Amino acid sequence: MVPVLLIVGFVGFLLLNLIPGDPALVMLGPEATLDQVNKLRAELGLNLPVYLRLIYWYGRLFRGDLGYSIFLSRPVFQAILERLQPTLLLTIFSLIIASAIGITSGIIAALKRGTWIDRVATSLSVFGLSIPSFWLSLILIIIFGVWIKWFPVAGYTPLKDGFLKTFRTLALPSLTLGFVSSAFISRITRSSMLEVINQDYIKVARAKGLSYGKVILKHALRNAILPIITVIGLTLGNLLSGAVIVETVFALPGIGQLALSSILRRDYSLTQGILLFTATVFVLVNLLVDILYAFLDPRIKYD
Amino acid sequence: MIDMEEKNSFFSRFKGLRFIFKYRSMTIGLALVTFLLLVSLLATLLSTHNPTFKDPSNRLSPPSREYFFGTDNLGEDVYSRTLYGGRLSFLTGFSVMFISGFLGTLLGLMAGYFRRLDFVIMRILDGFMAFPPILLAIALTAVLGGRLSNVIIALSIVYTPSFARVIRSVVLIIRETEYVEASKAIGASSLRIIFWHILPNSFAPIIVQGSYIFAQAVILEAALSFLGAGVPPWIPTWGSIMSGGRPYMTVAPWIIFFPGIVVILAVLGLNFFGDSLRDISDPKLRGVRSM
Repeated sequence: MVPVLLIVGFVGFLLLNLIPGDPALVMLGPEATLDQVNKLRAELGLNLPVYLRLIYWYGRLFRGDLGYSIFLSRPVFQAILERLQPTLLLTIFSLIIASAIGITSGIIAALKRGTWIDRVATSLSVFGLSIPSFWLSLILIIIFGVWIKWFPVAGYTPLKDGFLKTFRTLALPSLTLGFVSSAFISRITRSSMLEVINQDYIKVARAKGLSYGKVILKHALRNAILPIITVIGLTLGNLLSGAVIVETVFALPGIGQLALSSILRRDYSLTQGILLFTATVFVLVNLLVDILYAFLDPRIKYD
Repeated sequence: MIDMEEKNSFFSRFKGLRFIFKYRSMTIGLALVTFLLLVSLLATLLSTHNPTFKDPSNRLSPPSREYFFGTDNLGEDVYSRTLYGGRLSFLTGFSVMFISGFLGTLLGLMAGYFRRLDFVIMRILDGFMAFPPILLAIALTAVLGGRLSNVIIALSIVYTPSFARVIRSVVLIIRETEYVEASKAIGASSLRIIFWHILPNSFAPIIVQGSYIFAQAVILEAALSFLGAGVPPWIPTWGSIMSGGRPYMTVAPWIIFFPGIVVILAVLGLNFFGDSLRDISDPKLRGVRSM
């Protein structure tokens, strides 16, 4: 885990520092004099060589300091925390929607294998993979926001103003991300269920008189769940990429939007902090999935 | 013996017309992609207007017999722009597939075959893959500057690691086969084994993965242009046309709607193609897909 994060920090740092454009110049605007720019560059430490800045950055990182955002004039960690709520809720809602659609359609496709139901479900999942999320967002906004007016067109109401209001602002973005991400889950559920469903113990369970639904949910799904969990974990990692687009379209003040604006503004320390944050989440989720494996399947043991 | 190989080989299954009926979704996918590609290539013949001609008296007019897909805020014909945009979007997808396919295959072969290189290559690729793809693409385009060639380079860098990963996993299986062992035994060099035995046997997964990358690159290019981080708005790609329509989406939804449908059809075709090719080449993998 630590090596991956070290590499992420390194690659991210090099990348950001190769971007042409000077944060000091961006901050002061086109009318600043050379003296002013140089003074600010010195204050920000931008006149140091890249490798020294990298060493200082790692040094601060190991002391738990992600740096200071010059544009938002607050510590990077605080800036990320302030924007965490919408992204966190968006991710949770999308994941619930994606799993609900994906697992249900995957099970149905597997049970009705080879029929038209299977073909519809499979085609729908390819469709979900082929739809650009920003396009789906805009279409949902036009239909549900502008024409029928069920949901707000854009913007975010924080949790403290009531859960229902927050939910209304997050409904369309979550639906978009949930549908787009359900495709992978659906596919894996289908193939994983197909492997399990012809096993002898399923026949035995049916033969001893258990109901169809019980056999599917308790015997088949439980044995098919591991690959599904893996894909849900990977989906969680990918949701943040989707959040960049969806948050921008729906004007949600979350991490994704913050990431986009910080890259475009050359806010080095903030971008670097967000990249490190998302990579950490990605790695942690994968670790969690591994631990969940052993919990769900007692046959798996880690040394 | 030769006969057996003929029967089981991957390419011999493509002979004959029966293939069209047997592999319906592959035929549909190929037909969709070929149709859209042809239409884009013939844009000069099929377009009804000059894609950059601005008709101020016909701003934001809805689809009609004169303007099939309506007009945008500058009075440009969305239909003609979509046709011309297809050229650049296909060019992007194809180039990204080719470059990341080449680099990814090379890295995958090296990592899969030389166990010592494996650890180093995979850790570096892991580092790249830990970035959300869209942020990496935005950052890279920002480094290189927003030109089409730079967008292609950025997307190729984004997709090379996942390509390499898939090829590596295939190589790991092939290198344990008996024919590789046999060529080692008669003293074949590593390079010969890699390029004469392992590479030809990885063609199917390479083509499958390539078609997925093509599809994803088309979507990501559209998303980048849409966010204003890709090609500049006056160059028509499917993404930049939709991006231009965003401020007017409530009054002129057609600017976004039609190019979006075309993107979906193109990507759908590529995905259908990739999926059925994967099912044909390896029935065991049915329904499985790399991320």
